[in-house]
Amino acid sequence: MDTYSLLREFADSWFLIAMLTFFLGACLYALLSRREITEDIANIPFRHEDAPACTGDCANCACSKFDLPERQK
Amino acid sequence: MTDYVKLIALGLVAVFAAIAANYARDLAYMVHALLIMLMAGGAFLWILRGMDEAKPPRVTPTGYMDDVIRAGVVATSLWGVVGMLAGTWIAFQLAFPALNFEWGQPYTNFGRLRPLHTSAVIFAFGGNALIATSFYIVQRTCAARLWGGNTAWFVFWGYNFFIVLAATGYILGATQSKEYAEPEWYVDIWLTIVWVAYLAVFMGTLMKRKEPHIYVANWFFLAFIVTVAMLHIVNNLSVPVSIFGSASVQLFSGVQDAMTQWWYGHNAVGFFLTAGFLGMMYYFIPKQADRPVFSYKLSIIHFWALIFLYIWAGPHHLHYTALPDWAATLGMVFSIILWMPSWGGMINGLMTLQGAWDKLRTDPIIKMMVASLAFYGMSTFEGPMMSIRAVNSLSHYTDWTIGHVHSGALGWNGLITFAALYFLTPRLWNRSQLYSLSLVNTHFWLATVGIVLYASSMWVTGIMEGLMWREVDDQGFLVNSFADTVSAKYPMYIVRGLGGVLYLTGALIMCYNLWMTMRGAPVKAANTAMAPAE
Repeated sequence: MDTYSLLREFADSWFLIAMLTFFLGACLYALLSRREITEDIANIPFRHEDAPACTGDCANCACSKFDLPERQK
Repeated sequence: MTDYVKLIALGLVAVFAAIAANYARDLAYMVHALLIMLMAGGAFLWILRGMDEAKPPRVTPTGYMDDVIRAGVVATSLWGVVGMLAGTWIAFQLAFPALNFEWGQPYTNFGRLRPLHTSAVIFAFGGNALIATSFYIVQRTCAARLWGGNTAWFVFWGYNFFIVLAATGYILGATQSKEYAEPEWYVDIWLTIVWVAYLAVFMGTLMKRKEPHIYVANWFFLAFIVTVAMLHIVNNLSVPVSIFGSASVQLFSGVQDAMTQWWYGHNAVGFFLTAGFLGMMYYFIPKQADRPVFSYKLSIIHFWALIFLYIWAGPHHLHYTALPDWAATLGMVFSIILWMPSWGGMINGLMTLQGAWDKLRTDPIIKMMVASLAFYGMSTFEGPMMSIRAVNSLSHYTDWTIGHVHSGALGWNGLITFAALYFLTPRLWNRSQLYSLSLVNTHFWLATVGIVLYASSMWVTGIMEGLMWREVDDQGFLVNSFADTVSAKYPMYIVRGLGGVLYLTGALIMCYNLWMTMRGAPVKAANTAMAPAE
């Protein structure tokens, strides 16, 4: 079989399945993720309008610990 | 030390550009070589003057990097006016061919100005808007300053230099005849360099983000940047005829070239004009409505469905050509499936206003965003319909296609960009609010009526000419000559031009409003007639 036919065969069988599986997996992952997490992500635009997040590691840190994202508390 | 390296590099570029200008085989190449020489020489002098000066102590900048975004807002507004003016002008050139002035031949004829218009509105207006808003959004949603320091400035100036090269090239006749990819090989190489820098700045900022999750707008921007890079490189694979000339030969030929071109062309629509602008939509609509997006899960599914489907839709541009039927059918089927995620995204944006619909009465910016989504929904329904082979046999090569493109470009891309500019300007220039909300309202109505005039006249004229082309008498002979359709289209061409005038007037009003906001002019009192009924 020439390269074209071989690739064509592969493209509309195994690769198609792989892509469809990935797509359905991504949808499923989105649908099954916890509501608190997605709501938290959806609120990202409302958090750091004026200045970057404080990492809390500067010398004279003035920001309160409530400014920090969850994982850095 | 780096200054010496920069001096050497810029000096070499300037000298090579001077040599290239001398050996140039065509006018466009010579003008471009001279432009590059002047730019490199100017930068050389700039750095040279600063040599051995005491450098201010290096401080790590804090806060968001907003100066480059301010420049982007100004560039977007100005390029928008230039591109829309060019479009209105060529619309009247079609209605009144005498406007292709004899003294300006061939530089000012329709054929040269048309790519100038498309590139100015898509790449200059849309591109600058995308770069500016993506820099704004990625910083705010990552809670981190832009990565790479002055690389962002290189992206801004490099991209705008690309636009100048492209635009002057079209006027002077340098084109590789690929729609929306007209610039010749050296301009393509320059854009590739700029685009890689853009990707680096964007990815770098994502990587140093302080938020654990990547907000969905950034997913759309990232898909836009990565896919446009891939499309640009593959569609511009060409061999220059000479290193001292602008002409080049495409690596693909015949139907492969056509397929590559429309794979590029349709995904330029899908990723440049859709994915990138959806990134804007997913940030600015929640911000302006002051409520989070209706369904974050739906936005993720919207994202994956859109990027999985769009990439296959290109062959619908090549119905009834040498392209194999299976490929055209594939493109058509995927275009129709694409209707669903598009409307999913539209509904997600519109439903974000749930519980805040009253803002439509008081906030003209929200009104613009909603109209923009409505036009997005309309053109993403019209597009799949036109991709059906039977419909395409009527619509293709007619002005229906032009009307479809403009209801998407003016309605969706234009309005969401205007809304973003109105959103950004007071924030970036530290003003409490816009100079005048009633001018925004005027802009909204001028733009909307302009689009309606444009789209409806193109429907009428497109369907009319499609029917005239296929009309046969009882002997099987064609009834109309091509020139018959041209004269029949005359009134609709004038209506289309008037629509363009309205849209352009709206954009000029916006520029005035933004300018007054930037200058900090005292805010015009709000129109009390618009106050909510409470």
